[in-house]
Amino acid sequence: MLYREVGEFKPSYKKDQQTFPIRLDRYGYYAILAFAFCVIPFLINDYWANAILLPFLIFGIAAIGLNILTGYCGQVSLGSGGFMAVGAYACYKLMTGFPDLNIIFCIMLSGGITALVGIMFGLPSLRIKGFYLAVATLAAQFFLIWLFNKVAWFYNYSASGQITAPERTLFGEIVTGANATPEVAYLVCLSFLVVLAMVARNLTRGSVGRKWMAIRDMDIAAEIIGVNPLMAKLTAFGVSSFYVGIAGALLFSVYLGAVEVGEVFGIQKSFIILFMIIIGGLGSIFGSLAGAAFLVAMPVVLKNVMVGQLGWAVDLAAHFEFLIVGALIIFFLIVEPHGFAMLWRIIKEKLRLWPFPH
Amino acid sequence: MKLRNVLLGAVAAATIAGPALADLTFPNLTYRTGAYAVNGIPYADGYADYMALLNERDGGIGGERINYVECETQYNTEKGVECYENTKGMGSLVYQPMSTGITYQLIPKATADGIPILSMGYGRTSAANGNVFSHIFNYPANYWVGASAVVNHLLDINNGNIKGKKLALVYHNSAYGKEPIRTLEELAKKHGFKLSLLPVDHPGQEQKSQWLQIRREKPDYVTMWGWGVMNPTAIQEAANIRFPMENFIGVWWSGSEGDVLPAGESAHGYKSLAMHNTGSDFPIYADLKKYVYATGKAAGDGTSSGTVLYNRGLYAAMLATEAARQAQSLTGKKIITPSDMRDAMEQFSIDEARMTAIGLPNFAPSFSVTCENHGGPGLAAIQQWDAKAQKWSLISDFIKTDSEVIGSLIAEDSAAYAKENKIPAQCS
Repeated sequence: MLYREVGEFKPSYKKDQQTFPIRLDRYGYYAILAFAFCVIPFLINDYWANAILLPFLIFGIAAIGLNILTGYCGQVSLGSGGFMAVGAYACYKLMTGFPDLNIIFCIMLSGGITALVGIMFGLPSLRIKGFYLAVATLAAQFFLIWLFNKVAWFYNYSASGQITAPERTLFGEIVTGANATPEVAYLVCLSFLVVLAMVARNLTRGSVGRKWMAIRDMDIAAEIIGVNPLMAKLTAFGVSSFYVGIAGALLFSVYLGAVEVGEVFGIQKSFIILFMIIIGGLGSIFGSLAGAAFLVAMPVVLKNVMVGQLGWAVDLAAHFEFLIVGALIIFFLIVEPHGFAMLWRIIKEKLRLWPFPH
Repeated sequence: MKLRNVLLGAVAAATIAGPALADLTFPNLTYRTGAYAVNGIPYADGYADYMALLNERDGGIGGERINYVECETQYNTEKGVECYENTKGMGSLVYQPMSTGITYQLIPKATADGIPILSMGYGRTSAANGNVFSHIFNYPANYWVGASAVVNHLLDINNGNIKGKKLALVYHNSAYGKEPIRTLEELAKKHGFKLSLLPVDHPGQEQKSQWLQIRREKPDYVTMWGWGVMNPTAIQEAANIRFPMENFIGVWWSGSEGDVLPAGESAHGYKSLAMHNTGSDFPIYADLKKYVYATGKAAGDGTSSGTVLYNRGLYAAMLATEAARQAQSLTGKKIITPSDMRDAMEQFSIDEARMTAIGLPNFAPSFSVTCENHGGPGLAAIQQWDAKAQKWSLISDFIKTDSEVIGSLIAEDSAAYAKENKIPAQCS
């Protein structure tokens, strides 16, 4: 009923292989994009932007990045926080070192630098696997945080070790700094997310992504059929770190504006991004976004309901927030261990048959 | 997905429904949960109780009721930003984030929004230069004053000569803990003592290696910039290696009951800086008992009353509300705006007569603020813990600090900030 697929024919392979082969899905996707680009900028205010939308978009990018590495290529990483820090500090050094360089290029270059760092820390993945690799990336996390705390060059020798984003503009509109309007910041992050998600989608269904998935499913078999594990693993580390680096650069420059490495990019960031892809669904772009939305929006919603609506004490609400978010995570993992993406897939299958299941 | 839509609807409803804008709104970014709650709770209780006292006893400030709003940050900057965005639309008059990280975050945001910040004894030290930081105030004292006060105290007990002595700084490895380093380095050059730096990572429960190093290097004195669970851990570790407590001096954030009590008897003699007097021996406590505790309006469970950080909460609330009172008399309006508040804070002054009238005689130094100097007088005292009587007491007057060294450092750091952000001189 909801999905009317009668009369939908795919006369070519190209049509059959497109990202949204069902017409209704495709129109829904266009509608969401149109709404996100054309309607939300007119409704957005500082609170919506800074409390929900910007963190959602930025963590969405980071989650897609980690999903490429963990979900598609099967390499567990606990270093996302550290790689985000590389992106943020690279962005800061580029912004202050080359004041005339456009902010968009700064962010892209930060992603590139993070990709190089990620490939470097990805080298051990050729020899170690599974939990041992997770521990090796954990070392990357701690080493990078220590580095940015220790070497004063990274924070331009400021007294407090904080980095602060100077004001930069794009087409005459302020993007970073305190005077940036929420619409502009939102549109910049949204554009990055949309472009990167499209690239990720196309990478993962092309030959590169198939190699990653072959390595994930069984690396020896993949090697026998001609997949070069060196290239596959290192490209996964590189692309994943590129995404995570861009997320870190956006988090620092557009969202927070000032960053302290130990606090913002600590181990808890690595965990939260990992939770996002586990709850959202490993090996799914939609899952990355759903997981990011869940973990970013849920605490804010709960807080607003408990403190704003019910008038509870803030500390009580904070404790309940932990309880409820934790319980919901367990609930969703029991109901659907493969995450929101699988849940959505099942719902869609049911809806396509409804109301005449056979 | 449907569940999420419903909840997003709820959040939309929640953000629309807010309290009335008519009152004087004082937001408080608290942290009653997390690794820093042990220090965050007494401060928040003191702040809330002072606001409740004004509402109950005087009907607010100048007859206008106070709308006191708490928002939980867990000492986390991202939550702090969410809290700031959530409360700034309510007509918030002043922000006291009670966290150096959040203060750094809010300095550009609040300046752009035209809301003043009062970061008393924390935040960015060079914000004392009002010529650059128009909306940021850090009176009555800042970290560099604290660093200098520690050194002055060492000079004091060594008859003015600390050449060749060794001082170790144990600090929280964050913007907060790093603030005093530059001043201590300058002072080390000036007075010829040796400085060693020992960072402790968040949250600070793991300090074995730092104290092992102290045991090996045997510094003459240890000073600490710690917060939350880091404080009691450090004092316990110092006791474990039998470091003489009277040679261990914390900043004013490392000197409250919760920090020294876990170490028991062995914390006896531990010193810390103070920006106000200690104990509950002030007339204001009679009013608090009558109007707040007895009527069940107290914020906490009552255990924090009279502690150092509770007093700091009272002091912070007092400085904010007095500035609002002065703004009312300056503008002649009862309902003031954040911009009126900022103007009043720039001309703020408080003296002993007013403090006595408030019920806090002999509590803190009197001082006044100017456009150029947002940092206040730069005075700090030393307090010492008596483990037997279980109380802190001041062992010095409010002493002057090295304004020459601090002043030039502030000028240098704020000039760099002004250049980076292209800020013209604010005072003419």
